[in-house]
Amino acid sequence: MNAQSTDIATYNFAYLDEQTKRMIRRAILKGIAIPGYQVPFASREMPMPYGWGTGGVQVTASIIGPDDVLKVIDQGADDTTNAVSIRAFFKKVAKVDVTTETAKATIIQTRHRIPEQPLTAGQVLVFQVPIPEPLRFLEPRETETRKMHALEEYGLMHVKLYEDIAKHGRIATTYAYPVKVEGRYVMDPSPTPKFDNPKMHRSPALQLFGAGREKRIYAVPPFTEVVSLDFEDHPFEVQTFDQPCALCGAENVYLDEVILDDHGGHMFVCSDTDHCEKRRADGHHGHLAPETHSASGKMEPAE
Amino acid sequence: MYVAVKGGEAAIANAHRLLADRRRGDRAVPALRLDQIVEQLALGVDRVMSEGSLYDRELAALAVVQARGDMIEAIFLVRAYRTTLPRFGYTNPVDTGTMQVERRISATYKDLPGGQVLGPTFDYTHRLLDPELAAGAEVETPAQRPVEPEAMPRVSAILAHEGLIEADGDMPLDHVPGDITREPLQFPMARDIRLQALSRGDEGFLLALGYSTQRGYARNHPFVGEIRIGEVELELDVPELPFAVPLGSIRVTECQMVNQFKGSAKAPPQFTRGYGLVFGQSERKAMAMALCDRALRAGELGEDVVAAAQDEEFVISHSDNVQATGFVEHLKLPHYVDFQAELGLVRRMRAEYEARENEDRPEQKREAAE
Repeated sequence: MNAQSTDIATYNFAYLDEQTKRMIRRAILKGIAIPGYQVPFASREMPMPYGWGTGGVQVTASIIGPDDVLKVIDQGADDTTNAVSIRAFFKKVAKVDVTTETAKATIIQTRHRIPEQPLTAGQVLVFQVPIPEPLRFLEPRETETRKMHALEEYGLMHVKLYEDIAKHGRIATTYAYPVKVEGRYVMDPSPTPKFDNPKMHRSPALQLFGAGREKRIYAVPPFTEVVSLDFEDHPFEVQTFDQPCALCGAENVYLDEVILDDHGGHMFVCSDTDHCEKRRADGHHGHLAPETHSASGKMEPAE
Repeated sequence: MYVAVKGGEAAIANAHRLLADRRRGDRAVPALRLDQIVEQLALGVDRVMSEGSLYDRELAALAVVQARGDMIEAIFLVRAYRTTLPRFGYTNPVDTGTMQVERRISATYKDLPGGQVLGPTFDYTHRLLDPELAAGAEVETPAQRPVEPEAMPRVSAILAHEGLIEADGDMPLDHVPGDITREPLQFPMARDIRLQALSRGDEGFLLALGYSTQRGYARNHPFVGEIRIGEVELELDVPELPFAVPLGSIRVTECQMVNQFKGSAKAPPQFTRGYGLVFGQSERKAMAMALCDRALRAGELGEDVVAAAQDEEFVISHSDNVQATGFVEHLKLPHYVDFQAELGLVRRMRAEYEARENEDRPEQKREAAE
């Protein structure tokens, strides 16, 4: 734990020192006790830049144990560069098992997505959050927004959503769509597309949110009410796609648009790579799936 | 045919291998040693220690070379290391009045007890590139007067005798100094916390803000009461021992800015102070810090808050270059899930717009004809 004379610099197990882990666990417990409330915590510098998942990494580093199995996704995919980097970090500093399979993971750290496969009790979903304050773009001052939360003064948010409808005919927020947690705190679900909002509602998994640069942790305990803000005459609705996944044929999943050529050719494929692989392994085919040698289209887990 | 985009560990590993190669550069050129950086790029090392909040020249030198000379990257490396170190305790407050001074100047007095000591300064050098330095010319040994056995009194203490300058001010008896590396920042903050944040704040950011106050955005008529650079002793109280244990000394730069103040409902007319203290030798940073500190005291002194430099949330929230660089550079990360969501919305709104246009068009033609 301490630097030895032969080593110019050494690091503790799971990077953070034990005092820090305890401090973060206390913040997490407070967050669980007050669902949706942003708990200030003394965020540490991490060996990756602020804005690159330091909040999520600190939460994961504080709760991870040697028996945990970790999955890290970014944009729904296990093989995006930052997910690869964070997974490699925990393999190195905590020596835990890692996986790309949603069902096998005990901790899933994510940026911008919730896996398609429903989570189960005992799993922890750790979100990386850039701006935890849902009111920030309406009111830049922290001193003001904390007051607004304390007084449950969320009129400004409803006015914003109403103005969207007046101007554009619909609520023009497509991601980081605000939710109300357990009827009390308005919360930013992190910049996940609003498609994923319903998955948070009464999820059996524990959902933890870490914002490192902004020094906030918040939580949604299992089976908690998470309701997307809307109006009676403009009910909340999620994105829909006109076509199924081109590789696995999945419907009602979130799709990424992949550009195929420079003549406007494109295809839509699952954003959740694990879900897509699973379905193809189970024999599902999309219209662009390679029929003859299906192995070439299969994405190997980036290890 | 669609080929899965693989960010992949191999690509990252190769990128880092190339980085290591570029860092080393031409193998025919000898590699830098840390002691060369410590000795010959000392002010760069000081900046990394100061904004990295870790007083260790060797680690700072390692960070500078590892970062290929990118100062913010080096500061980041040091921060990410120091944050993992366990905390044993807090030293007693440093008394800069007992500093072993190497440089000490005052702009408010022609001469003063202890005198004006220029020390190793760029001031009054002509900024002419020196070909002899490039050729590796020998350097003369310096001529220095013997170290003063007496401590040099601070200018603020001299002014205080007349009651013309505000005192250090009192904190409530039960006030425990905060620690921004262990507790979350919360606004509004006490001055001790604010000074800690300023001391590790980005030199360029504070310089620009300090400069803005001189140009009329919250002007506060500053004079350099004193700048001093030198070694100060650190002492730690250990519960088992009846005396404070000396830990060694560190080099710091202190700036006391003296500011005219006409008085307000809250305070009588007197000189007020802005304070700057940083690790190592960095007058620019210490002076900028002092200007910002004074500007941020607007509320305390009953001044109108009219400019960015006086706005605590604005200044402190944006002064940390490790935070700033991370969040700006995170825009490089993939955002395609959110972009897809926006793409869908814009396509839909665009289709509606075009449908409306098509409906309107016959009318427009008629109007044009008329």
